[in-house]
Amino acid sequence: MASAKATINLKLKVWRQKDNKSQGGFKEYDAKNVSPDASFLEMLDAVNEELIKKGEEPILFDHDCREGICGSCGFMINGNAHGPQKSTTVCQLHMRVFKDGETLVLEPWRASAFPILKDLVVDRSAFDRIIKSGGYISVNTGNAQDANNIPIPKPDADEAFMSATCIGCGACVASCKNASAALFTSAKIQHMALLPQGQVERAQRALDMTAQMDAEGFGACSTTGACSAACPKDISLINIATMNRELLKATITKKEEHTGGGDG
Amino acid sequence: MSVKLDSKIPGGSIDEKWTKHKFNMKLVNPANKRKHSVIVIGTGLAGASAAASLGELGYKVKAFCVHESPRRAHSVAAQGGINAAKNYQNDGDSVYRLFYDTVKGGDFRAREANVHRLAEVSVNIIDQAVASGVPLAREYGGLLSNRSFGGSQVSRTFYARGQTGQQLLLGAYSSMMRQVDLGTVELYTRREMLDLVVVDGKARGVIIRNLLTGEIESHEADAVIVASGGYSNVFYLSTNAMACAVTAAWKAHKKGAYFANPCYTQIHPTCIPVHGENQSKLTLMSESLRNDGRVWAPAKQGDKRTANEIPDAERDYYLERVYPSFGNLAPRDVASRQAKYRVDEGHGALGEKAVFLDFRDSIKRLGEDKVAERYGNLFQMYEKITGENPYKQPMRIFPAPHYTMGGLWVDYNLESTIPGLFVAGEANFSDHGANRLGASALMQGLADGYFVLPYTISNYFANTKLEKITTTNDAFKHAANETQNDLNKFLSVKGSRTVESFHKELGHIMWEKCGMARDKAGLTEAISKIQNLRKEFHSNVNVPGEGKGINNELEKAGRVADFIELGELMCRDALVREESCGGHFRSEHQVDGEAKRDDEKFCHVAAWEWNGSADKTQTRHQEELTFENVHLATRSYK
Ligand SMILES: Cc1cc2nc3c(=O)[nH]c(=O)nc-3n(C[C@H](O)[C@H](O)[C@H](O)COP(=O)(O)OP(=O)(O)OC[C@H]3O[C@@H](n4cnc5c(N)ncnc54)[C@H](O)[C@@H]3O)c2cc1C
Ligand code: FES
Repeated sequence: MASAKATINLKLKVWRQKDNKSQGGFKEYDAKNVSPDASFLEMLDAVNEELIKKGEEPILFDHDCREGICGSCGFMINGNAHGPQKSTTVCQLHMRVFKDGETLVLEPWRASAFPILKDLVVDRSAFDRIIKSGGYISVNTGNAQDANNIPIPKPDADEAFMSATCIGCGACVASCKNASAALFTSAKIQHMALLPQGQVERAQRALDMTAQMDAEGFGACSTTGACSAACPKDISLINIATMNRELLKATITKKEEHTGGGDG
Repeated sequence: MSVKLDSKIPGGSIDEKWTKHKFNMKLVNPANKRKHSVIVIGTGLAGASAAASLGELGYKVKAFCVHESPRRAHSVAAQGGINAAKNYQNDGDSVYRLFYDTVKGGDFRAREANVHRLAEVSVNIIDQAVASGVPLAREYGGLLSNRSFGGSQVSRTFYARGQTGQQLLLGAYSSMMRQVDLGTVELYTRREMLDLVVVDGKARGVIIRNLLTGEIESHEADAVIVASGGYSNVFYLSTNAMACAVTAAWKAHKKGAYFANPCYTQIHPTCIPVHGENQSKLTLMSESLRNDGRVWAPAKQGDKRTANEIPDAERDYYLERVYPSFGNLAPRDVASRQAKYRVDEGHGALGEKAVFLDFRDSIKRLGEDKVAERYGNLFQMYEKITGENPYKQPMRIFPAPHYTMGGLWVDYNLESTIPGLFVAGEANFSDHGANRLGASALMQGLADGYFVLPYTISNYFANTKLEKITTTNDAFKHAANETQNDLNKFLSVKGSRTVESFHKELGHIMWEKCGMARDKAGLTEAISKIQNLRKEFHSNVNVPGEGKGINNELEKAGRVADFIELGELMCRDALVREESCGGHFRSEHQVDGEAKRDDEKFCHVAAWEWNGSADKTQTRHQEELTFENVHLATRSYK
């Protein structure tokens, strides 16, 4: 099986940028004798080995697990976040989907909230700050009751899980013409809103996380669905609808708290 | 010959030790907690849970990781599940049974007291995870669901489809981010610890390289926790992520922390086989698949037919045949070795280095939907990597390096041989003996971080007089200079071989000579090869770029240099341990292919002491192990 499959040759046009302050530009490279069983990043590894041998700096890209779960990898291939294959991170993309002789253009995520650090690597720490602003349930270690004390209907648990499978890669932002982080933020809001444990802070969480999202400079959502289509984990647009509903409810309750106030 | 390694195991019967110890340990009053600072290296499950819990207690915490975000730590990749002795299934589980299974699974090379504590707190971990919003799998009645894992006859594994590690990590990460929000934890990402700073014999800080700017930073604290993960990448190809490294642990080792049982490594039986020379890593197919998948090899030697062409009568379901009572759920070391035997004897799937993992029968029994619900994402991952559909033809699998039981030596309090240096998660050697059971690493990492360190660190502070220090102290200056010098050296060699090529060569030596089977001649040869490799590395490596700014190759160079030194120690440890136990299989010591322990000579932990230079052989110390509850016996899964 693994043996004797025909290898392919490709042309790469890669965005090279020394650091955040420098100007970047495209450079061309050849990727030769690529095995169709190799992953996309393994193909780049081989190109990089050649560059290093020639004394040049290798192409920098973020990556770690190489199995589609850590969310480190991600760049545009011919204008598609993570490349042409649906539901697939670039580390899980295999060369068998490309044809001999193709030219591939590799570019970093483009969004003002994701400054380019070098080559194909961007700074996605804005996502951490969105989580920090409220993407948690306030329970100190040792405070928990028995896990089976609160049954959770399986459909709710399953849906919460689906939202929670977001890997935070940023493909949604990169694919959105407004560079909105609505899909990322809403997935966390929905995950926690569906669980009984998430109820106490539900309204405040929606307010805080969306406020942080705006403060980071992500654009507004115009629900075109480009984000979900590009998402390697198929995070659904329903999350965004949920977020909007949560936000509306939270804003109303908040107003009532301010104006009402005098009950007891 | 040897200084005494004091494990500080508390007195009392096994089930009272931890409770009594918790009571006897001293406390730090809330107002004083604010005055104490802790550095946490690594924010995987172990580090993030420790940082969150210590922050909640009121300590000043600084947490560091090499990753861009804590959410990317390799804990995220754990697929199958996490054990806990909840006995929700009413199938006879108990704290004692989890304790028993783990001691036996570890082939009687773990400390009983630690293992019992782990089993005790396992139940709290599930509670904590659920309370913090981790969406573990549920049944239709709304209660938590369980599956089975290898080495156990009960269903005690909690899971979130094939993404258990991701969900638990995101839980610990969000708890930690809450503390960042509250100001008790300061988070430093893309930072690599390159040295430990010891002042007056105590761990007081770290030297860090900022991976974005290349700057060398010094940070001081009252205690340091290393939770930097495992070292399977010493084999180059493993199921670990690319950045997983021994560096943090190794630097601490060189500053005086003993390294225990380095040769205890776990080769996981079910990984996707190697496809070619350019392969960068191996992908695990979760052990949970063995709940419903049956492992087999062609019964006829040299049979290269595809699986579907081989009739039932010509299939050898060897795990079911050799281990009738555990069948496909035999523990990992045993299952891996059996796969190796099949391939060595010419029964490889399609004539290659692989065996089959077949879902035909469970699809017949349960339907494709049910199988998809349990393992859908794993099947999808398999198809992406291999281009083959596992619903239609069996997976092909082969063992691969996966987990390291060895690590920095710690006592019962998880404190290393350097006072004030604590070690948690896969980075320590503590609870799994010579073989770890599936779904027990997530449990151990979270046990250490959530439920053990918060107590033992408080006790350390309450009992220790700590002078005030700053990073202008000479020890910091010296360590920072040394670190900078090492980096400059890598850059100045300008040799002809890439870092990657050294790593590959090391991995090849380790896999061939210190992998699934080891023997005296091979290990001796490996040691001398690795020594030569080390010399060549330092005189012929090519690290492009400069010390300033992002330089991935420079980072890798440091990590590979440490792996090379570790590799030699692993071989040495394997050479001295003239027995087979768990994942350590010395071909000279076996009965019919099963590991043959030598309890007379080797019922101990081996802990190695660095002697100041890679050219000097390290000193081996021993901690004797006693088994008062689970009696030493030959492990049998037949
Ligand atoms: C593919 C795979 C599947 C697995 N499946 C399971 C399973 O189903 N069940 C189970 O129980 N176990 C499983 N395991 C094992 C388990 O996932 C790990 O043992 C465990 O998650 C390790 O956690 P940790 O916190 O110790 O380390 P990690 O999660 O590896 O975290 C290490 C941290 O240290 C940081 N770090 C490392 N070096 C430095 C440095 N020098 N300076 C600063 N920071 C540093 C990293 O950035 C990271 O934050 C699996 C392992 C793998 C590889
Ligand atoms: S490298 Fe982890 S998701 Fe691609």
